[in-house]
This record gives sequence, C-alpha cells and structure tokens, in this order.
Amino acid sequence: MEAIVLQILNGLDKGSAYALIAMGLTLIFGTLGVVNFAHGALFMIGAFCAVTLSRILSLSRTIVDETQKDFLGNPLKVDIPYVYDWFGEATGNAIIDWSVPLSILFAIPVMIAIGVIMERGLIKHFYKRPHADQILVTFGLAIVLQEIIKYYYGANPIPTPAPEAFKGSFDFGNFLGFDPNMIIYPYWRIIYFGFAAVIISAVFAFLQFTTFGMVVRAGMADRETVQLLGINIDRRFTLMFGIAAAVAGLAGVMYTPINSPNYHMGMDFLVLSFVVVVVGGMGSLPGAVAAGFLLGILESFASMREVLSVLPGLNQIIIYLVAIIILLTRPRGLMGRKGVMED
Amino acid sequence: MFGLDKKDTRLLILVAILVALAPFILNPFPEGSGMAQFNAGYPDLMQRFVIFGIFAIGFNILFGLTGYLSFGHAAFLGVGSYAAMWMMKLLTMNVIPAIIVSVIVAGVFSLAVGWISLRRSGIYFSILTLAFAQMSYSLAYSVLTPITGGETGLQPKNLDPRILDAPLADGATPKAHLFGLKMGSSFDLSVGTWVFTFNAGYYVAAIVMLAAFYLSIRIFRSPFGLILRAVKSNQQRLNYTGLNSKPYTLAAFVISGMYAGLAGGLMVAMDTQVGAERMFWTASGEVVLMSILGGVGTLIGPVLGAGTIKYMENILSKINSDILHTWFAFLPDGLEDFIVTLIYPFVGKGWHLTLGLIFMLVVIFLPGGLVEGGQRISKFFGRKKTQKSAPNSKETPAE
Repeated sequence: MEAIVLQILNGLDKGSAYALIAMGLTLIFGTLGVVNFAHGALFMIGAFCAVTLSRILSLSRTIVDETQKDFLGNPLKVDIPYVYDWFGEATGNAIIDWSVPLSILFAIPVMIAIGVIMERGLIKHFYKRPHADQILVTFGLAIVLQEIIKYYYGANPIPTPAPEAFKGSFDFGNFLGFDPNMIIYPYWRIIYFGFAAVIISAVFAFLQFTTFGMVVRAGMADRETVQLLGINIDRRFTLMFGIAAAVAGLAGVMYTPINSPNYHMGMDFLVLSFVVVVVGGMGSLPGAVAAGFLLGILESFASMREVLSVLPGLNQIIIYLVAIIILLTRPRGLMGRKGVMED
Repeated sequence: MFGLDKKDTRLLILVAILVALAPFILNPFPEGSGMAQFNAGYPDLMQRFVIFGIFAIGFNILFGLTGYLSFGHAAFLGVGSYAAMWMMKLLTMNVIPAIIVSVIVAGVFSLAVGWISLRRSGIYFSILTLAFAQMSYSLAYSVLTPITGGETGLQPKNLDPRILDAPLADGATPKAHLFGLKMGSSFDLSVGTWVFTFNAGYYVAAIVMLAAFYLSIRIFRSPFGLILRAVKSNQQRLNYTGLNSKPYTLAAFVISGMYAGLAGGLMVAMDTQVGAERMFWTASGEVVLMSILGGVGTLIGPVLGAGTIKYMENILSKINSDILHTWFAFLPDGLEDFIVTLIYPFVGKGWHLTLGLIFMLVVIFLPGGLVEGGQRISKFFGRKKTQKSAPNSKETPAE
C-alpha cells in the first residue's frame, strides 16, 4: 500500500509537467490547427527565464573588506549584491532565495511576448501549408532557439535551487496514517503539483467562464462562422498562442529546482509530450491533462523494483508502448473528438 | 542504358563521375595553405557523404513519394549496424555478409514496424514511428545490453569466434576487409602541394551508393513509383479506384528501411563500432533535414542534402575564433573584433544554429530544397536569354 501511494506521488510531478506542456500543445492545435514542434523549446526558455532572473538578482559589486582577512593576511574581496543596497540585507537575501517563485512574475510577460512574436512572425504564414511543413519549420525553430540558449548559457546544466523553506522533505506516510519514514516526498514536488493544478484550472476557467474564452471556444468549433459574426478571431487566437507559450514557460520555471535546466531539456520533454497529446486525443484539453497524469503515474509504477524484476526495462518504454496500443485500438486517443486530424 | 531514359542516364553518369573523382573535387586547396581546412577529401568524411547519401535516398523513397513523414528512421540504421557488427563478430570480418545481413534484418524489422505504423497516417504515423524508434533506443541502452553492448556499444574483439576466418596472429587487431582489401587502406597521390587520398572503403561505399541510386531511379520511374505518388496526392481517390494502397506504402516503407539498414551496415564496415546513440531520435531528425534541405521527391536532392549537412558538420564546426581573427586580420582592429563576434555564434560549436536557420529558410521560402533553388536560378538566366532572343524572333514574319 505504501509503495503504491509513493509511486502515485512520484508520478504526479512528472505527470504535471507532461500535462502542462501537452495542454499548451493542444491549445495551439485546437485554436490555430498548427502542430508546434517548438513547444518544448518554450518550456526550456521558461526554465532559463528562472536562471536569468536569479542571475539578475544576484548581480553584485565587489568591495575590499578590511575587517576580514584571508589566511595570507590580505583583505578579502566581498561581493555585495545590489539588492542588499536597495532592500537591506535580510530582505535582499530573501529575494535572492525566492528567485524561482519570483521568476513566475518575470516569465509570464516574457513568454506571452515570445509566443505572440512567434505566431505573428512565423506560424501565421503556415496555416494553409500541410501539417508536415508546420512540423518541419517549428522543428527548425526549436533547433535555433536551443542553440541560442546554448550559446549564451553554455551546455552544462545550471543548478537553480528552490527557496530554503522548501528544501526538505515531507513525511507523507505519517500524515496519511502509515508508518513514519515510509513515504518521504520533497516539498517542492508537492508545490509543483499544486502549481500545475492551479494553472490547469485557471486555463479551464478562463475558457469556460469568460466571454473571451467563450469566443475562443466558438472559434475552435467553427472559425468561419465566428469571423462572419464580425469578431476578429485571429487576434484572439494569437493571444491564445501567447497563453499556451506562457503555460509551457511556467511549467519550465517551476521545474528548475527538480531538474537543473540545460539547453536540450525541451526536446526531451517534447517527444514525450507529443505522445501524451496523441494518447489523450488530438485537440482535447481534458484528454491531454488526463493522459499527462496517467502516463506520468504509469511511468513511475513501471520503475518499481518489483515490476522491473519481472519485465526489465519496462520503465524506459512504457509510455511508447501505451501510445502504440492506444493508437491502434482507439485511433482518436482517450478523449479525441471525431473529425480532428483524420486525413 | 540499363532501362533508363536519356535524361536519367545522363544524371546517373554525372553522379558516377562526381563520386569517382570526389577525392580530387573535394580537395581543391593545396596542403598547408590557409584554405586547407575547407578540404573535405579525407576518407572519413567522404565515406560519410556516400553513406548518409544512401540513408537519405532511402528516406526519400518513403517521404518523397508517399508523403509519409517517418520520425524514426534511425532505428533501422541502428538495427542494421548491430546486425552487421554481429556478422563481423561471429562469421567473418569480410564486409559482404555483414552488409547483406544488415539489409535483411533491417528489412524484417521495418516490415514489423511498418505493418503497425501504417495503420495510421499524418501526424499519428510520425508519432508511431517516433515511438518505435525511441523504444528501440531505450531497449538497446538498457535491457538488450547483452546484444547491443549498452552504453559502451560493440567492437570486434580478438576473442570473437569468427568461424570463417583464420585465427588472428598474435597482437593483430581485427580489421574489416573485402576479400583481403582492407577498408581502411588508402593511397596518397601527391601532385605538387596537393595531396589526394584514395581510400578503399570509400570506393566500396561509393559503388554501393551508385547501385542504390540507380535502384531509386528505377523505383521513381516504375509503375510502382507512380502508385506511391498517387498515395501522396490523393490516397482516398486511389482507394476508390479499387486499389488497396496499403501493400504499396508498406513496400515503400520496407524498401526505405532496407536502405537505412544498408547505410548502417556500411557504417560498421567503414568504422567497426556501433553504439545506441545512432538510433536516437535526433538522428532520425537529421535524415529528415537532409531530405528537405536537398529537395524532397527529387532524385538527386537527398544526396545533395546529405553532403551539405555532413560538410557543414565537419568543416564549419572546425572554425574557431582564432581562425576567424586571421581571416579578418586585414580590417581595422575594432571592426575585426566586431565582425568576429558577429560571425562566431554561427560557426564552431554553434554550427547547429546555422543549420537550423538554413533549414527554416528552406522550408519557408524554398519548399523544393536546393534542387528547386537550382532550377529557379537556371530558369532566371534562361528567361533572360529568351528575352534577348525575343526581338529577333519578331523580325521573322510569323504565320
């Protein structure tokens, strides 16, 4: 029982990342009808937003401190971050410590801007071209974005720690009434899951309960009729692209303490996210979210020692295996609508 | 000739001449000169040109003719490589059985993958092939380690059985050969300051590549090729004529898988080692890039694309900031530094950036690839000529 709970919990954080990226992919596909291979790159850029902000916050000036001496008796050089000057030492320290959560505020406008520029500058010209062309051009764009990040930040992973307050682990087993120390779960992963849940509900609420969302949904169902009603649906869809980019970016920002960002993390997640989208059903938002969590949890179950002793290597291939089975038995995916992407 | 019409024969002969003279053509700069780093005429790179040429030709038979975009072709290349390596370990270091078996094994594997993947089309097909390739890659890395060597990969060892070969002399390392002709052996021809290298392995691979190229011309021109084109332009209409298109697409898939296996086998024959990373999905992406860059659906395009990408990978990535500084040394200092910092991100380790940019530009502006670019240029000059001759034709009274 403990093992099962633990595996479900372990699957949740990866599943959250899959669900967030897959939701963005589905939003773009459902509104604009574009298969975006550069979505993983957006996830990665989000992660590097966090890196950038934490570097900006810890920018410092160097002074020579006469009171402290190193072992040779020379005065020590001390770096003092500018935030100390502005906010005092205690607040400044807290700001640097909380750089990852603060990056959320930084990443949202940046990612929306990047998304809108991408859509207006490139993707706009590809609506009428075949899906293969869309895949290819966004694939090229993903390579370019990845290389730009690599040029400026280097090829090595950059550790970006979570705030000190969330460093420890939470004894989940004790909380649920199992033996203590059976189910240990890091705080940050709980936060990641909660964050993903909030973002996902926010997007759903936005689409469901606002006028803007209603128009977007109408446009997804029948773009031409909405246009004939005199609504500029293109502009709304462009903004939806920005929102999808922001969702991917935020998923990246919050993922940095779990996995140090490097330039190819986007591509690693992209392949899996596409599989998730296809399993969930192309064009279905609930399907994408459900499939994301489902596959994340399945992956963590498959990596249990008991399972691996029977079927070695299952954890490596489970996602692809599930995708193949689902595509062959339920060609539209778990919750796919009729008539979407059926050539 | 060989059942080809005049135009195709001319193309085949042209390619054959270019391939045969490649050691001269690719070494235009004398040894020791500043431009020598742009020479591509060394055996390792020339072998890669023709091997990836074969890979791309095969991919083009599937994607260019039927329009099915496979994102998992590297798996067949990898499987072919492993099969060839095991032939070398168990049977003989002669490359013939290795290459034949690699083609057969890759064919069987692609039959299985294709039979399942071709039930779906469009993006679903791409995802399915991608899933199969990633599965093969992960399995080769983890569970199948006894067969694939896992992270270390496979190399021929002195203790391998090799039942057809005579036992090795003490201290000798097993080397791939063709009836005694070592693949690694080469002959250097010095003409003045130029050095041209003729490598046995390159010519073996080149002959195989010419055969593969000839076969692909025949497929393109055959009724079978026409049906594949019909699948691309309108599969539904093809089915309405009472023709089941599935066996044809499956055949195309298997043929292109066998081409990939052939390329994998040749890779092992030239450089006797294999690792799982050549099955990773970026390798599949690379062959897509090659085909698109050269020109999908054209005969010569994939070969051009493969050559361009491999040339960039090997030559562009060698340029570092010191070399750039020597190039622009004639400029005033400030301007020199400025230009070097401007160019530097695109060369050396950043050559992928150039590749991605060129690829995007090609997809956006030149969907037919380099071949279409060439046609447009020749058409541009052709039009000029006709305009010039137009006034002349006016003088003669027309009926």
